[in-house]
Parts: sequence; structure tokens; C-alpha cells
Amino acid sequence: MGWAGIEMCETIVNLDIVVPNQTRYLRFVGAIAEQLAKELDVPEETRDTLAYHLNLALTEAVANAIQYSSAANSADSVRISFSVKDANLSVRVFDHGGGFDLAALPTPELDELHERGRGIFFIRSVMDSVQYHKTDSGNVLEMRKKIA
Amino acid sequence: MRVAKEVRDDRTVLSIQEDRIDAHNSGELKDLVLKTLEGGAQNVVIDLARVQFIDSSGLGALLSGYKNANLRSSGFALAGLQPRVRSMFELTRLHRVFDIYPSLQLALSA
Repeated sequence: MGWAGIEMCETIVNLDIVVPNQTRYLRFVGAIAEQLAKELDVPEETRDTLAYHLNLALTEAVANAIQYSSAANSADSVRISFSVKDANLSVRVFDHGGGFDLAALPTPELDELHERGRGIFFIRSVMDSVQYHKTDSGNVLEMRKKIA
Repeated sequence: MRVAKEVRDDRTVLSIQEDRIDAHNSGELKDLVLKTLEGGAQNVVIDLARVQFIDSSGLGALLSGYKNANLRSSGFALAGLQPRVRSMFELTRLHRVFDIYPSLQLALSA
């Protein structure tokens, strides 16, 4: 996907996948994220870490979407949209559940041993930015990362 | 979730036979650890050597085991964390909470 020998490397990827809102597909989604990272034009020494981080971010985001969608409609599906332009990676995860307020989520108190509440924290840790929008046609969690 | 259970002296070893712990199988892991503790296990060791990936729900399942073992005054240790898995514990500072051994062998001889 990179153009070897051309100085201004431009990588454009647009990839949409739709999976049933069942947790058994998390492995599949994570594997696609890892594979995508391996195809990108990134320095060799950062590729494995990027692959792992994308796997983690996607797994957490899709698990959230499945949880929210399941409550609303068990026959729903989750759409994931990857887009890479130049060195900017954007991953969007769409759900049709009730949604949540990302800004209102507390930073987890790491010294308190709660069993839940670390998913968004992990996404924030491995991506550059995370946003969540509610729209009339559903909700979207958008994660961005500079990959150069 | 495939887990091999083995009793060695006073330890009950649960060896996870999956390469991935996520929201699909973490509930099962949590239940299995609880049942093992309810069954009277005094010292539980979770062998994670085969696990290459763990998400927040997997950490939650292990925390549930840790808290339950504490309530029962049972031992609860983790062994064989792979680098990616270990990094998740470090990110959440849980490596300071759990009893962690580099390998099952070291956990058993501790």
C-alpha cells in the first residue's frame, strides 16, 4: 500500500466491516485490526505495537457497542469503518443503542479494584483521541491515531 | 473457554488454554475461578502462559477472583504473563495488586 521510491508516501485505505452484535466476533475484529496495522506504511519497529494497540482499541470499542446494541435490539449488527489517509488513521464504530456520555465517564480510580470501567481508559491510552457522538441514525465512537 | 485444572500439593492450577481473553469468554473465566474457590481451593494459581491478549473484561474477571480469594483468605497468584498481557497490568497498575510470577514453576516453588 505504500509506494516505494516515491518521496511523498500517501496511503489511502477505506475498509468497512459489519459484524453481528455477538462477542464471538471480537476475535475476528481484533485480527482484522492487527492485519491492517501490518499492511500500513509504518516503521518496522513500531508495527507490532501498533497492531496490538489497534486490536485492543477495537476489541474494547466493539465490546461496548455490542453491549449497548444488545440492550436495544438483539438482532442488530455493529459497523466498523477504518480509514487511513496519509498518516492519519481513523476508526469509527457505530452502534444503535442508547449511547452514553463519553465526557461524563470518570477516569478510573486505579487503586480501587472495580471489575469494570477500564475499556475507554484503554482506548484513550493507546489512541490519540476518542470522541463519541449521538446522531439520529445511531451513535459513533471515533478513534484517531497518527501512525507515522 | 478451555482451561486445564490440576491440583499440585496444596495449589490448584488453572491453565488457560486460550490465546485470547475478551468479553466473549471472560464471564466463563470469572465463573470458573469462583467455582474453584467455592469448591474449597486454598491456593489458586492462574497460568496465563498461553494467553497473548487480554482486554478490560479479562482483567475484571481476574480481579473478581483476586477479591473473592481475599474474602476467603485463599491465595491467588498469576503466572507466565506474556509481554502484551503484562503491559495491560502495568497500564492499570494492577501488577502492584496481584501476586505475579514469571512462570508456573516459580509460582509453585514460591
